[in-house]
Amino acid sequence: MLELHDLIASVGDDDPKTILNGLSLNVPSGEVHAIMGPNGAGKSTLSYVLTGRHGYNVLSGQALLDGEDLFDMDPEARAAAGLFLSFQYPVEIPGVPVMTFVRTAMNAQRAVRGEPEISAPDFIKQARLVANELKLTPDMLKRPLNVGFSGGEKKRLEIFQMRMLEPRFAILDETDSGLDIDALRTVAEGVNALRDPKRGMLVITHYQRLLDYIKPDKVHVLSAGRIIASGGPELALRLEKEGYDGIVGEAA
Amino acid sequence: MADDLRVKDSIDKDTVAAAKALESENYEAGFSTDIETEYAPKGLSPDTVRFISDKKEEPEWLLEWRMKAYERWLTMEEPDWAMVQYDPVKYQDIHYYAAPKAGAKYESIDDVPQEILDTYKKLGIPLREAEVLLGVEGAAETAAAARETPRVAVDAVFDSVSVATTFREELKQAGVIFMSISEAVHEHPELIKKYLGSVVPQSDNFFATLNSAVFSDGTFVYVPPGVRCPMELSTYFRMNAENTGQFERTLIIADKGAYVSYLEGCTAPMRDENQLHAAVVELVALDDAEIKYSTVQNWWPGDENGKGGIYNFVTKRGDCRGARSKISWTQVETGSAVTWKYPSCVLRGDDSVGEFYSIAVTNGRQMADTGTKMIHLGQRTRSRIISKGISAGRSDNTYRGLVSIHGKAEQARNFTQCDSLLIGGDCGAHTVPYVENRCADAQLEHEATTTKLSEDQLFYVRQRGIGEEEAVALLVNGFVRDVLQHLPMEFAVEAQSLLKVSLEGSVG
Repeated sequence: MLELHDLIASVGDDDPKTILNGLSLNVPSGEVHAIMGPNGAGKSTLSYVLTGRHGYNVLSGQALLDGEDLFDMDPEARAAAGLFLSFQYPVEIPGVPVMTFVRTAMNAQRAVRGEPEISAPDFIKQARLVANELKLTPDMLKRPLNVGFSGGEKKRLEIFQMRMLEPRFAILDETDSGLDIDALRTVAEGVNALRDPKRGMLVITHYQRLLDYIKPDKVHVLSAGRIIASGGPELALRLEKEGYDGIVGEAA
Repeated sequence: MADDLRVKDSIDKDTVAAAKALESENYEAGFSTDIETEYAPKGLSPDTVRFISDKKEEPEWLLEWRMKAYERWLTMEEPDWAMVQYDPVKYQDIHYYAAPKAGAKYESIDDVPQEILDTYKKLGIPLREAEVLLGVEGAAETAAAARETPRVAVDAVFDSVSVATTFREELKQAGVIFMSISEAVHEHPELIKKYLGSVVPQSDNFFATLNSAVFSDGTFVYVPPGVRCPMELSTYFRMNAENTGQFERTLIIADKGAYVSYLEGCTAPMRDENQLHAAVVELVALDDAEIKYSTVQNWWPGDENGKGGIYNFVTKRGDCRGARSKISWTQVETGSAVTWKYPSCVLRGDDSVGEFYSIAVTNGRQMADTGTKMIHLGQRTRSRIISKGISAGRSDNTYRGLVSIHGKAEQARNFTQCDSLLIGGDCGAHTVPYVENRCADAQLEHEATTTKLSEDQLFYVRQRGIGEEEAVALLVNGFVRDVLQHLPMEFAVEAQSLLKVSLEGSVG
């Protein structure tokens, strides 16, 4: 579903630094893959490169979502094609209530795909259901997006948006950072609810703990801009025991 | 303008479509109507003043009033303290009076030059049916009922004359007087004599003096004691004829316990030469009365090089004359090349309240120096100022506000919030707040923020599937939300469209 071939990418326009050094990855439809790695390995860079953030330049390589060339599309077109990023640091959007924002996004994507807009009653029904599961109060949904939200609330709101937008491929960038056990469980349940044979996911994380709740099909280790090791869930357990040094050392 | 009058939180397709146009050539109201227009000869002289007064068949006392202002104007110097630059106005090169040749009022729709009707139709102003515009009996009520929307009585001003006023009869039954100033001079001279120039005296400032000499027409409203005006009143100005300055004069009086909400909307065609707009608006609220005055202004801003466009130098002032009276100004300013205006409130009556809610957008090479003055004179007076300035392109946007508390104005309170949003790296935002406080127990709160439209926010919104232009509109809407909610429903939707269109091409 998501195929990355030898990605080389840099960050920064004035003094560019190459972060991804020939990254290749293949996430088949229906699978959840985890990416782990030390700081500076390029985990967030990968998510920004795939979603088209300004300041990140692809020097060579390819990224295909179900055969479509991602780098050929604007960020909003990639979203409409079904790509979703749960941000590590969600920004605040003052004055724009959560409900308004999510509905606008849903309809914008539908317009691009030639689908009809979601009706107000359907939207409200779906929103309430999902909000409930993620323990978001109706009051929170009326507040401006992320303004005054705690870290945990922001992460839950990212998953709320994911559930509403129903992407084909979701990238979760350190979704577990800043979460306590309960929040972690809630978020994980939200993510697991979206597992589907037609959907793929990339879970980026530092710590093995999240993977206890969101069990990956495969685990990859990213170091110095390249995948240096891949394996099953047991690879994550090994990382926790031995740290990154061991595996990075092996790969060298 | 959107046909849909419902106020929606989300952005509807019409407004998205409106934002798609990228050049200033796409200014929708930028066309003119070719109709026979009667002009006063160019230039300003005592003869011009007499010409205007004669055309309107004004009584002697009003001609004298005008002449006094004219004579004073000759002794005055044009002010230059505002943070705006503009090519000097050639006062002798302007027509001070322009009227569609066929005459000022029409008995039936058949009498109105088709071109005038077409113009208003094209503009899609609040009342779209031509019949309603002209007050053909029963048409307004039926049309409004069919649409199930709040009715808005419209006085249409085409260049210097008032073309039609609707709902006259119904308003008359309520006792509300809503007519052009020219008519009011003839039908209610005692009210004009009593109130004209009582809020903005002839001597007030250069442009007000000029206006007092050559004002052409405008709206007059009087709401009798205890009456809540049954509908919103509106005037739609259109500056069509070339090289004319529009000098309208508006006077609104709310007698004891009365309430009126008034909407002022404006458009102008694209022209190469600048056009001058030096209006005067006076509001008087007596005991327990309330006046709500809203403006959505969409004048031609000039092209991307700053050529052409409207000079908008107006004097607007509200006098909270009575105890417990309230005047609120709500404005959305997106057009005009140079904007210079400070809708103000004089809080004379005890327990009176003044409010100012403003969104001022500058793009391209526009310049705005705008704000408000709240003058606290009575006891326990309160004022509230929320100003949102948005700068884009290479424009300059200045908020200039004055909160003045006089020595005997005890227990006065003011809350001021002025926020600036910068889009792009070539524009400017300036805040010049003045506070003159001469009373020890005044409570004054002031908050000001300046933010730049953040790339991170834009990216976040785009990653959710919202296109770039719509993303800017969404973020801007969030920024101005506090003010938008004070606009009457009729205007809120129009204002949102206007914001989108005025910011097109501002990103990238």
